[in-house]
Amino acid sequence: MNIRETIALVFLLASIVVAGCARQGHWNAKNISGLMPDLKFNLTDETGKSVTAANYRGKTLMLFFGYTNCPDFCPTTLAKLAQVLDQIPNERKEVRVLFVSVDPKRDSPKNLAIYTNNFAPEVIGLTGSEPMLRELTKRYRTTFSYGKPNALGNYEVSHGLAVYVFDKTGKARLMILDKQTVPQIVTDLKRLIGESA
Amino acid sequence: MLHWVAPYQFSWLAVTVFPLAGILYGAGMRNLRRRGEKIGYWRPFAFYLGLALCYTVMHTRFDYYGQYLFFMHRAQHLVLHHVGAMLIALGNLPRFWGAALSPLPPGPGKLLNRAMLPVRFLQQPVSGSVVFVGLIYFWLTPGVHFDAMLSHNLYLLMNWSMLVDGVLFWMVLVDARPIELSHLPGYATRFVMIIATTIPQILLGAYITFSTRNLYSVYSVCGRAWPIAPERDQLYGGLLTWIPPAMMELVAALIVLSLLMARESALSPTEGKS
Repeated sequence: MNIRETIALVFLLASIVVAGCARQGHWNAKNISGLMPDLKFNLTDETGKSVTAANYRGKTLMLFFGYTNCPDFCPTTLAKLAQVLDQIPNERKEVRVLFVSVDPKRDSPKNLAIYTNNFAPEVIGLTGSEPMLRELTKRYRTTFSYGKPNALGNYEVSHGLAVYVFDKTGKARLMILDKQTVPQIVTDLKRLIGESA
Repeated sequence: MLHWVAPYQFSWLAVTVFPLAGILYGAGMRNLRRRGEKIGYWRPFAFYLGLALCYTVMHTRFDYYGQYLFFMHRAQHLVLHHVGAMLIALGNLPRFWGAALSPLPPGPGKLLNRAMLPVRFLQQPVSGSVVFVGLIYFWLTPGVHFDAMLSHNLYLLMNWSMLVDGVLFWMVLVDARPIELSHLPGYATRFVMIIATTIPQILLGAYITFSTRNLYSVYSVCGRAWPIAPERDQLYGGLLTWIPPAMMELVAALIVLSLLMARESALSPTEGKS
């Protein structure tokens, strides 16, 4: 291998690295454009109707996984997202929060409706059969599992902690992490709704 | 049963490359036998065992745990970059794949020679050692690791780059051909390569093991395969980055030593008599 070949290879590798870095935007949340596939699912909504991602095209979507018996993460996240919605009174009709229950055994559509109404009208509960839920969680590279039931038959469900944000065309755009604050989410969301308006 | 054998995420790359590599090796064995050359058992055994191990960690249920537990991910890379790659390299690819492919007509032969440029780069002592360790550091950079765990394409790139680079690196160290014929570095250089690649791996492994920060938050964000504490997960993962790879380097050092001794005794067959 001579010097010229070495330089060419080093240059090639360096340009790959630079191209990878240039894609980053300035969002508070994690930018997942190009990393994750477009939204696609086949689930049941809280009225018992079967729905796909196409039903929500045209809306900016915030999707996350949880279950109604969840003691901490799910209610705090939903409360946080409800606060975010309160701070964008003009844009909130453009937004839907999709709360996907990965505990279909306990979370019937009816239970989900009662639960999500505690937070905001834009919050929609979704669930489905376990294989359908596995397919969706695999698509967004997350998983869930069930703990051992206690004497009363209650069990914990472990699930991913990210909120996935999709734009109006169903493209995966942002991943909101636990550490993001309400003002940060508001800023990101306004920008995202604004850019595709 | 099917649950454990079936891939978590189907990949065309895996179902193409692994069978092709195996068939090519088998064809090489057949051609060598036809020429009346001795093959022996242990090299084919090492090759196919390595191939099977790498397939198992990449394209069965193992991959699910590799995606949702940090320490299982480290175990996966231990196989791809070290154990499985070393076994494949011990299969003596230049001889067996070479026998399957030769004689090539001059056209494709020239093309293959061009395609060998990156291979030579990865087998040159300095660049080879830098890339071998560099890849481990690169994919374990927290930001890079996060993205690789989110994007299926990046994930495949990560795993395949580890396997390909691992095989090429170990091929240099364990090559048993006389060094005058192989154009590969001599035994002293190979020892230096081993030392140069072992130390940074030990440092990184120890750093991960003893770090009190949650370095790889992607496993918390995406959920773990079972509820293991993040610190435990990172501790086991750190140990798997630290100790078994260092042991594999020791194995490589012993192989180089035995090659060196075999060469010495071949060069001085009358030693002891004079």
